[in-house]
Amino acid sequence: MSTSEASLATEGSPEIRVIEDATCTFCGCVCDDMDLTVEGNRITKAKNACGLGKAWFLNHHIEDRPEALIDGEPAGYEQAMDRAAEILLAARFPLTYGLSDTTSEAQRVAVAITDWIGGIVDTTTSVCHGPSGIAFQGVGEVTCSLGEVKNRADYVIFWGGNPAESHPRHFTKYSLMPKGEFVPNGRKDRTAVLIDVRKTKSAKAADHFLQVKPRRDFELAWALRALARGLELDSSIEETTGISLETLHEVMDGMKRAKFGVILFGMGVTMTRGKHLNSEAILALARDMNEHTRWNAKPMRGHGNVTGADNVVSWSTGFPFGVHLGSGFPRFNPGEFTASDVLARGEADAALIIASDPMSNFSQPARDHLASIPSVVLDPKLSDTARTASVAFTVSTYGINTGGTVYRMDDVPIPLRPAFESPYMSDLEILRGIESRIRQRQLAEPASDA
Amino acid sequence: MAELFILIPGRTSRQGTTLNEGKSTEGYLEEIGTLQVAPEDMQRLELKEGDLVRVFNDVGTITVPCKASRGDELPPGMLFISYGDKSSRLMGGDTQGCGMPDSKCLDVFLEVAAG
Repeated sequence: MSTSEASLATEGSPEIRVIEDATCTFCGCVCDDMDLTVEGNRITKAKNACGLGKAWFLNHHIEDRPEALIDGEPAGYEQAMDRAAEILLAARFPLTYGLSDTTSEAQRVAVAITDWIGGIVDTTTSVCHGPSGIAFQGVGEVTCSLGEVKNRADYVIFWGGNPAESHPRHFTKYSLMPKGEFVPNGRKDRTAVLIDVRKTKSAKAADHFLQVKPRRDFELAWALRALARGLELDSSIEETTGISLETLHEVMDGMKRAKFGVILFGMGVTMTRGKHLNSEAILALARDMNEHTRWNAKPMRGHGNVTGADNVVSWSTGFPFGVHLGSGFPRFNPGEFTASDVLARGEADAALIIASDPMSNFSQPARDHLASIPSVVLDPKLSDTARTASVAFTVSTYGINTGGTVYRMDDVPIPLRPAFESPYMSDLEILRGIESRIRQRQLAEPASDA
Repeated sequence: MAELFILIPGRTSRQGTTLNEGKSTEGYLEEIGTLQVAPEDMQRLELKEGDLVRVFNDVGTITVPCKASRGDELPPGMLFISYGDKSSRLMGGDTQGCGMPDSKCLDVFLEVAAG
């Protein structure tokens, strides 16, 4: 992989540079083959980027905002870090949340802060593929990298997702179109199935579209599991799932004939009633298929480093999200220690929000409570969450201004190659500053064990 | 009279691109604030593009303009809206002990908004 930078400066105009093999962090594909043309503090071209990636790079500019806001008033970083540390130290049940759009280096410090203050660390995974994280613990995950998908997969099932709109390069870079070592003819060597309640734009890319009835993913997965085991089903399965028995047999025959199959499942599975049981059924189907041939199942991840958040929280605490660190050891209990719940129930008494905007996408009870407690927010933009924060830090944007590491949706770590510097500090620098202040105060005033 | 529908909040290309232009931009707000209705339901309910509809459940209420979905993307009885502030107002706080609120396939009522 080349990392060269070509300088194309001409007299009297901003220096033009080309950053080769830069990484796009907008979605979980984390495409690392971007060639970015940078003129001064703007990216003017993003070669190889999809529509979402182009919007991510070309709309990025340095906003003229204060380093921080304290209760809505402009403040410097030092003052804001002092205030943030005070808020977090004073809390009895603090929540750390977000983390899916920042580097893994910053995620690591966020977990450490949560440990020092005895709080909960949760990530946007809990309202994304958290149910799949629960399912992994129930049935395991037969897994593979996207490189294996590219080079081997001859039968690909997209279930409850719409990659054509959410991950536009997935088809062309990893799962459908590329020619691979064992699929030399690319798309011609692959069979693609889309399972969804809507006939989305992705249906055009599939050989078979199975329009499952709403809230019947679980039943459909179990019907396929039954056929995988050679059990008989009757035609009433069509009334249950919306898919005829004949079609199910056709799909299962294809799945058994495949040399390497993969189910790539999205949030249509995890956000619908059944949730972790839906994910569990799909993971179990992939596991069962290994009685016949090689099959895998992978969740399609949304945010650029949500997979990194799972990895960092897992290797720091032993659990992927929804972890309580207030007892001196990690406790994992989705529903009890997940952000949506501790906010909607009015339990958290302070929040540290990193690279996320729960004020615009959480349930109303959760939003109402978050607005009522002191919060520290790190965000490159003045989001709804930053607007209501006690302390809002303006930070640089990861991947564009800040280097570090992110994890692609298949758990492969990818380095970032930033395009240009920002006058603002990174999440990592701010979090380190807050952590340092917290430790100084804790060491100066040891907590009483009484 | 209000009718029962199933609402699917989800991602769209336009939501993703306008998000990068800013959450307060007209394009983003229009994208997350427009309800897609199956053409058959539009016709049956005598709705035309831009008509305001009220969508509600036991959690909340939103009033948004509607438009017909593309081709046969939505079956009759199903609604779609880009995931965001509006859709989240119909999402409850209960996660049934798993951390994830019901966020797709929500039972909602729809009626033409007065005025």
